Amino acid sequence: MFATRPDARPPGAPTVEVLVEGRPTVVPEGATAAAALLLAGISSNRTTPVTGAPRLPFCMMGVCFDCLAEIDGVANRQACMVAVRPGMRITRQEGARVAYEDDAA
Amino acid sequence: MTALPFDLAIIGAGPAGMSAALQAAGLGLAVVVLDEQPAPGGQIFRNVERAAGDPALRGEYAEAGAALVRRFRAMPNVDYRPETTLWHADTESGLLSVKTPAGPGEILARRLLLATGAQERPVPIPGWTLPNVMGAGAAQIMLKQAGAVPRGRTVLAGQGPLLWLLAVQLARAGAAPVALLETTRPGSLRAACARGGLWSGRMALAKGAALMLEARASGMRIIRDVQQLRAEGDGRVQRVHWQDGGAVDADTLLLHEGVIPGTHISRAMGLDHEWDAPQRCWRPRLDAWGASSDAFVAVAGDGGGIGGWQAAVASGAIAALDAAHRLGRIDAASRDARAGDPRAALKASLALRPFLDRLYRPSNAVLAPPDDATVICRCEEVTAGEVRRAARMGATGPNQAKAYLRSGMGPCQGRFCGTTVAALIAETRGIAIPEAGALRPRAPYKPITIGELADLPDEVI
Repeated sequence: MFATRPDARPPGAPTVEVLVEGRPTVVPEGATAAAALLLAGISSNRTTPVTGAPRLPFCMMGVCFDCLAEIDGVANRQACMVAVRPGMRITRQEGARVAYEDDAA
Repeated sequence: MTALPFDLAIIGAGPAGMSAALQAAGLGLAVVVLDEQPAPGGQIFRNVERAAGDPALRGEYAEAGAALVRRFRAMPNVDYRPETTLWHADTESGLLSVKTPAGPGEILARRLLLATGAQERPVPIPGWTLPNVMGAGAAQIMLKQAGAVPRGRTVLAGQGPLLWLLAVQLARAGAAPVALLETTRPGSLRAACARGGLWSGRMALAKGAALMLEARASGMRIIRDVQQLRAEGDGRVQRVHWQDGGAVDADTLLLHEGVIPGTHISRAMGLDHEWDAPQRCWRPRLDAWGASSDAFVAVAGDGGGIGGWQAAVASGAIAALDAAHRLGRIDAASRDARAGDPRAALKASLALRPFLDRLYRPSNAVLAPPDDATVICRCEEVTAGEVRRAARMGATGPNQAKAYLRSGMGPCQGRFCGTTVAALIAETRGIAIPEAGALRPRAPYKPITIGELADLPDEVI
């Protein structure tokens, strides 16, 4: 669990509000969806396709793919490579992405 | 209509990419810089335009980093394209396939410079896949991009300059770690001193010593010669263990055993690579100008071998001069003369490298984790024991192990497990790691959707 610090940015520095699992989360402009996941304090952003183990972001620089999440309705996004935009919807991902909605049934 | 090709396409806007762009554009080349990040700086100077005022990040980042980014932004004749991911390069035609927030696209270039930097060396220990275990670099990125720090008890484990820097930055941010578990083996310092470079590298050495003193003064426990690290917890890390019953409670565990060149794209392009024995990692085989085994491609910065940001700035300039020469903009004599200053800077910035490489050499246990239950492929959750078994069954290298076990077949495409798999196979078969070879990744370098593939425009952009 991460927390922002008041002295990290000048007063009035712009922030962006995104929705993490439907909950409004305020993050500094310039941060990524993975930062929003960590700041929201959720226990995991995905479960693995093999054993269902919970994961949170690990490398934060586009290498490990542990931060995969659904962003604005698209699954399997590397959350650490996506800059936050106002109103962005970031949700957890369970196991592997499904290719077609019918497959999920 | 088809756009004219760029003279030089640079992949990555970190110190090497920015420096190369400045040099090349200064010589009149048409330069395009493609970078995955939303702002220039690379990982080391990430988000510096917004975060330079953060008191936790004072020093090199806020001064040299901010200055370099300002010069890059102000440079005319550089087409800078942030949030742009290269997923394929045809080195014969110069056609680069990218994805951007606006959709997929293609770019033509006469020459390509990879300035894609480093990644943290994987530190496969039992429990490293638990939530709240991260790379030390990852926590530093949180500090840079969001001004954020981990809450609760933070433990740092491993070795290397970045670990001490992060310990100090977290302390300055009011979030000092409770413990720093250093894995450096006894005798390393003596052996490192024998490598020389201490006088030429005295500035860097003094800076490192000051960081260690500041870390100590902030009150964190510093425990030396830590081995057999293990993270445990129920659904998240809660406790960190080491040899002889050592243990500490932790809400966040940050691991670090140095950085290694990110060779994913250079491998996928089929460039020749060589094993860097002092740094115990692969790097592309380059000449003194950064030129690779492919006549179209050069590499600069940490992606060509770990040297740090100042070496990256110098090697970026050197590679850009060679690009200008190969493209007919300057003759060889002019190239050589102009390279004098960056070559001197490169030499100075690498003076302490043999010392650092020896001091912080990763142990065999980092390369090939001894505990068979350790997950070594985070994506497909393959364990060290499974790889050893595959090696005994005849897998001669990571490409065969991939077919046996799926290690390297997950979304990270082997970025995190490739070298570990090779080291485990080498250990089991009694051969050297380079003999086990390396994974051969293929395009797309980053996953793309079928839709993005179908949406490729008919003309280059």
